[in-house]
Amino acid sequence: MQPGSIRLNTKTSFTKAMFAVVWKDLIAEVRGKELISAMLVFALLVIFIFNFALELDPKTRSALTAGILWVTITFAGTLGLNRSMAVEKDRGCLDGLLLAPVDRTAIYFGKSLANWIFMVIVALIVLPIYSILYNTNIISPALLLVIVLGSEGYVAIGTLLASMAVQARTRDILLPILLFPVILPVLIAAVKASAGILNGFPLEDLQTWFNLLIVYDIIFTSVAFMVFDSVVEE
Amino acid sequence: MTVIIEVKNLVKRFGHKQVLRKLNFSVQQGEFVALLGSNGAGKTTLLRILSSLSKPNYGEIRISGFFLPGQAAEVRKKLGVVSHLPLLYGDLSAEENLRFYSRLYGLSNFQSHIEEILSLVGLLKRKKDLVRTFSRGMQQRLAIGRAILHDPEVLLLDEPHTGLDQEAANMLDRLLQQIASKGRTVVMTSHDFPRVATLATRFDVLAKGMIQSSKLAKDLPQHGLLAYYQSIVDEIDATREHKIEH
Amino acid sequence: MKKPVALKVLDIVTIIALLGATAMVFFYAPIERVMGAVQKVFYFHVAAGWVGMLSFLFAAVAGIIFLVKKKKIWDLVGVAAVEIGIIFIFINIVTGSIWARPIWNTWWTWDPRLTTATIMELVYIAYLMLRQGIDDPERRARFGAVYAIVGFLSVPLTFFSIRIFRTIHPVVIAGSDPTAVGTFDMTPAMFQTLMVGIVVFSILFVDLVWHRIRLGQLANQVEEMKFNLQD
Repeated sequence: MQPGSIRLNTKTSFTKAMFAVVWKDLIAEVRGKELISAMLVFALLVIFIFNFALELDPKTRSALTAGILWVTITFAGTLGLNRSMAVEKDRGCLDGLLLAPVDRTAIYFGKSLANWIFMVIVALIVLPIYSILYNTNIISPALLLVIVLGSEGYVAIGTLLASMAVQARTRDILLPILLFPVILPVLIAAVKASAGILNGFPLEDLQTWFNLLIVYDIIFTSVAFMVFDSVVEE
Repeated sequence: MTVIIEVKNLVKRFGHKQVLRKLNFSVQQGEFVALLGSNGAGKTTLLRILSSLSKPNYGEIRISGFFLPGQAAEVRKKLGVVSHLPLLYGDLSAEENLRFYSRLYGLSNFQSHIEEILSLVGLLKRKKDLVRTFSRGMQQRLAIGRAILHDPEVLLLDEPHTGLDQEAANMLDRLLQQIASKGRTVVMTSHDFPRVATLATRFDVLAKGMIQSSKLAKDLPQHGLLAYYQSIVDEIDATREHKIEH
Repeated sequence: MKKPVALKVLDIVTIIALLGATAMVFFYAPIERVMGAVQKVFYFHVAAGWVGMLSFLFAAVAGIIFLVKKKKIWDLVGVAAVEIGIIFIFINIVTGSIWARPIWNTWWTWDPRLTTATIMELVYIAYLMLRQGIDDPERRARFGAVYAIVGFLSVPLTFFSIRIFRTIHPVVIAGSDPTAVGTFDMTPAMFQTLMVGIVVFSILFVDLVWHRIRLGQLANQVEEMKFNLQD
């Protein structure tokens, strides 16, 4: 078996490795449909629970929508994160990734990017459904931007913490406990920005919150990027 | 003959438990070494360290001229690893799994190469089928295919026959013989003495954190492997009892 | 492993300092005009809060050093800092609550400082739960270090975010918003008492952390002896 047309570089290119991981996760999801469907069903259930738990008449509802949306996203997100890392751990695939001559951070960015895409997809489905359920149009480019920015910070730290949680005995309950206290800055900024958008405030007023989201995203992503090695290597 | 794997004074501790104690191990190119030992003796630990998945506490390791753990990235290109977990994605097809790993290993123009490998492991007809529909035997064969994608010099196998029925295990053996005959170096841990006796060129016994004994296949009588192993184990037990008495 | 002389001395110094600081709080510092005797809680509250944040920093720094140097002692420092920190923050929250009740007629306020302190406490507890769920000691230490760093970075960000809301937390240092309810100007005697309180609590912190580290080292020795026996 003479692999004449095969070229081995010193280390597989960072972007190639990263996109290989993203592509792999996307295809696996298209086949298995486990992640997105679980997150989606869970999100809808949470919305229904909120409907009965809170008195959502039209007046109070507009004040609460941002909060409900982000609570939903926060909780559903942990399902996705858990599942995404569990797949690697259970079949020993994480070892497969670590055996490859690639930068560990390429693996981190690949997983995070895939998780981010899944979260945004779920949000894209939840928004119209919420709009239908409450007969109010909440879809807008500004809100989508907030969701994209907020999910990035969430997923940046979430992927890191999920990699740790999945290696612990108390795997399932541990991720939310680890994630929620440290994700609060992102959550606060995202909720305030969303509430402002849904209540029709001019975007200039919300500038602070958008800036905060971007700052948080940068900080959290950099930190996770720097320590990821320690979490997967032995 | 060149030495491809060289391990000197390897020490590995888990908490307070010392699993490998100043272990010395050396393999020449083209050898097929069977690593024998009881459960918990440290075979998997040794293999994990050789495969760069685990870092030793102390010791010198060279594989194909590169040091571990310092030059791990270079070493990884030369290694193919098969463990008892499949390291395959159930939701992807056989072909897609190999494509993914080809990308990870920086290979290009790999489509025909993948088909060659699938044909070698006898799974070409199932290339579009999802791996979760495969039997364990098929998954192991695909796992070996994955391991040799980048044409590694060294193959590390950790109890690859686990969970296979006779027929699947026989197919696996034929595959291993074929692969090993191309000048590759193989280190395999196993409990399955009859199988290992037909495959390996050398038998090392790992016990009490060290390689206690090493014997070439040609120096062993036919069907003599079990007796050889038993004698080593008995010797170790005897020395331990001797120590306790005193 | 005998107690080092320095630690014995520190123990005595700590006890004396604590007694001294408490005496200062009750006898030296004057009774505040508006709030009365309950204001004295303030000294313990601020000192405990300060030390709580200090221990967070300790844990994060110990975490970084551990990840770089891989020496087990730094892991022990991190755990000690977190465990002791939990106690101090708890004191901070409870004294904050005791102070809030007569002043604002509520046991809890969602103002930035109190809320952030509670979140910090939750991060500490999450840290311990993370460690509890991992059996391999080396991995446990690495993960603890990572989470200590992540937590330490996120808490100030949280505080900053909440701060952008209006606060009813007393802005104690003179010269800030006078309309904030519960403000008071500090006399020099009060200021001195506060500073002494902070210093003394810091000494107490070091003393307790040192003891905790020794405890950890002794525990490790026992484990090692157990293993050696088994062989």
